[in-house]
Amino acid sequence: MRRGAIAVAAFSGLLALGPLVLDGYLLSLLALAFAFAFFGAAWNLMMGFAGMLSIGHGLYIGIGGYTVAVLLVTFGVSPWAGLPLAGLLCAGLGAAIAWTGFRFAVRGVYFALLTLAAAELARILFEHWPFVGGTGGFFLPALPPGNVPLLTLRGGPEFFYFAFLLLLTAALVLTLAIRHSRMGYRLMAIREDEDAARASGVPVLRMRIAAAALSGGMTGIGGGLFALMNGSLFPNTMMGVAISIEIMIAPIVGGLGTVFGPAIGALFVMPVHELSEHLAQEAGVFGLNTLIYGLLVLLVVLFLPAGIGPSVARLLRGRR
Amino acid sequence: MSLLAVEALSRNFAGLRAVSEVSFCVEEGSITALIGPNGAGKTTCFNLIAGALKPSSGRVIFAGEDVTGLPPEALCLRGIGRTFQIVRPMPELTVLENAMVGAFARESRLAAAEAVAREALSRVGLLPKAGMPAAQLTLPDRKMLEVARALATRPRLLLLDEVMAGLRAGEAGAIVESLRAVNAAGVTILMIEHVMRVVMALARHIVVLHHGEKIADGTPEEVTRDPAVIRSYLGERGAA
Amino acid sequence: MDLVAGVIANGVLMGAVYALIAFGLTIIFGVMRVVNFAHGEMVVIGMYAGYFLWAAFDTHPLAAVLPAAALLFLIGYLLQFHLVQHFLARPAHVQFILFIALALVITGAHLVAFGPNPRGIFSLASFEVYRIGGLRLDAVRSQAAAAALLIVALLWAFLRASRLGRAIRAAADNRTGAAVVGIRIRHVYAVTAGIGMACAGAAGALVAPLFDTHPFLAPEFTLIAFITVILGGIGSLPGALLGGLLIGVAEAAAALVLSPSMKSVLSYGLLILVMLARPQGIIGSPEGQR
Repeated sequence: MRRGAIAVAAFSGLLALGPLVLDGYLLSLLALAFAFAFFGAAWNLMMGFAGMLSIGHGLYIGIGGYTVAVLLVTFGVSPWAGLPLAGLLCAGLGAAIAWTGFRFAVRGVYFALLTLAAAELARILFEHWPFVGGTGGFFLPALPPGNVPLLTLRGGPEFFYFAFLLLLTAALVLTLAIRHSRMGYRLMAIREDEDAARASGVPVLRMRIAAAALSGGMTGIGGGLFALMNGSLFPNTMMGVAISIEIMIAPIVGGLGTVFGPAIGALFVMPVHELSEHLAQEAGVFGLNTLIYGLLVLLVVLFLPAGIGPSVARLLRGRR
Repeated sequence: MSLLAVEALSRNFAGLRAVSEVSFCVEEGSITALIGPNGAGKTTCFNLIAGALKPSSGRVIFAGEDVTGLPPEALCLRGIGRTFQIVRPMPELTVLENAMVGAFARESRLAAAEAVAREALSRVGLLPKAGMPAAQLTLPDRKMLEVARALATRPRLLLLDEVMAGLRAGEAGAIVESLRAVNAAGVTILMIEHVMRVVMALARHIVVLHHGEKIADGTPEEVTRDPAVIRSYLGERGAA
Repeated sequence: MDLVAGVIANGVLMGAVYALIAFGLTIIFGVMRVVNFAHGEMVVIGMYAGYFLWAAFDTHPLAAVLPAAALLFLIGYLLQFHLVQHFLARPAHVQFILFIALALVITGAHLVAFGPNPRGIFSLASFEVYRIGGLRLDAVRSQAAAAALLIVALLWAFLRASRLGRAIRAAADNRTGAAVVGIRIRHVYAVTAGIGMACAGAAGALVAPLFDTHPFLAPEFTLIAFITVILGGIGSLPGALLGGLLIGVAEAAAALVLSPSMKSVLSYGLLILVMLARPQGIIGSPEGQR
């Protein structure tokens, strides 16, 4: 626990110095990496700890994003209120999906498909809902001159760098605290063996709902900030299958069920993503990044099933 | 009054009667064994008592309360702990952390849970291995870890499903001693057991099931003299 | 009235192709208990095979079915024998990640090789229509449906009558038992995966003249296959047929009543409803789920 807390402090402290040496391009790149590390950490709470496979987490990114954006643009509500509301709404959604799924004994792969069906249903409905712009998208107005980022929660790369770093740090602290609490033990027990967990007094349904609500709520808040950073929202990019899959890659590569896995994974995947994108552009080969992503995940599943996080941790500790 | 009373318990699977009108009692502080040939319905009976399965009919009375059909987590909180026939400790966690999952049934704070878990581990002799990943344990140690996790829930009644299966004689001896100590500390034990030497060494009360029905109930001496019991066991040997 | 009948008839025709796709998914699950999350990618491979055969030789769309099925059988056999086999005993989420990786690799390879642009088959046959009474049926679609049903029927007969088919069914019923009886389980698994993916490939070749082929179609096919299988009951072959027809009609009805781009809404709704009310599917047995 203490070692973990020191690691979080060192991680975030070091990265907080980033703007001193990095240019705007790298800052926005890292902000994106932090965003995906955060989404990964939220997804990891469900999958890595409770063993609940969600392949529709784009639902929460989308609902969170649209909530914040619509509240801001259509109703003039500040993101300071919008973000918590987005979190609450998505926590409720997560809880509802977990409850319906597990209440009616929808398990494993079935649960995964339920999450996917919910996300796809939401995407299609949003694409046909004029109020949120449909497929044409929903746009935030340009920033007024003299914008104060801390007031509007919108700004340049540096602002979102810090905003997502802060969010990520909070997620790391939360994950660490859960890992070393009754809830963490209970979630891991459910993941490992549901029958044994129940026989040990673990209220499985309640814990699952709690994990899904927490995960959904976090993702919703992240989705809100993500929308503020992007400035535009499209149902397909905010809650399509692609983003649901994309946010799983970092925690899988970094290490499922570990505190730092999603962050390490995202920081590892982002350069790979960026390099392959460059390569794809230079060579004029569209889709190279998808191929490289796939091969990367394949290699991790084949040779480092626990993810690269544990190996990195061993290196840092100076042990082999 | 009995700690556990099973009254006319039955369970059907797709028309098949796995457990049929079984009744017996487990006295507070006793060690009771549930024995019978393979497929006699012992584990089903256990699952009915521990809430993993719902009975088709009949009642389970625990400490004077009708607990029929309650889910396992509720029964655990009322004081029924259990182990599983197939041991599946959580491989990613350490021995101590495995036991702590049980301890969290009654403790909400980390330090308190750790203390309870350590105490449970020491009762089965696993404390020296507390820091080991559970995946590295030998089979007898894994079985004892199952017992420790159940003990850490602080049960009044401990249900043990074949803890001796697959163990060598020397290993079984150590476990018999541990179980005696656990029982002496006030935990009532109901065990399914195939190894008759162990049953005779521990149990003062034996319930025999055959084809889902109770065919004998009594002290070891009474049960081993019972013609129905002898027939059922010889019958099984004859078929095999 | 004719419009409605035509829409429903076309839905049934599409449903037959969905049934073929789902048949492949469900046979793989039924035997090996793994869920092929890259199933839609296999369909797309079949579509490209159909497209390029047409582009190179101007063949009749149906002529591509056998080559596409053979190609996908080979891919399925090799994938199962050399890769998926090692993951059979792993937890479901690890298998899922494996298939997601495969899906990404295939989609990436498609993008690199063929680019993102849709490729359509323009054949005079596309304009042919069959008239049955007042009903106008798209000829290519009707042929695709007939071919799909024929393949399903042939596979059905194969599973019932042939030695290998019986071995596959034995393996589905009882893994360890089948191994004891001396069935070369790894080979049987690989053949099963081959057959399952060949179904997807054949279906791909069949739909290539109906939809423009592009790499991003894959997730949609995967989803349709899942919905179909879950509706019918996972692991149940008649269920796949029933599910396919249901989804085909539901999509057609939604396209008519709501809008074509909302055609999936009804199927997702149906899926969620069946999952909650009858998780084992309309036909499936409770043991089929996990």
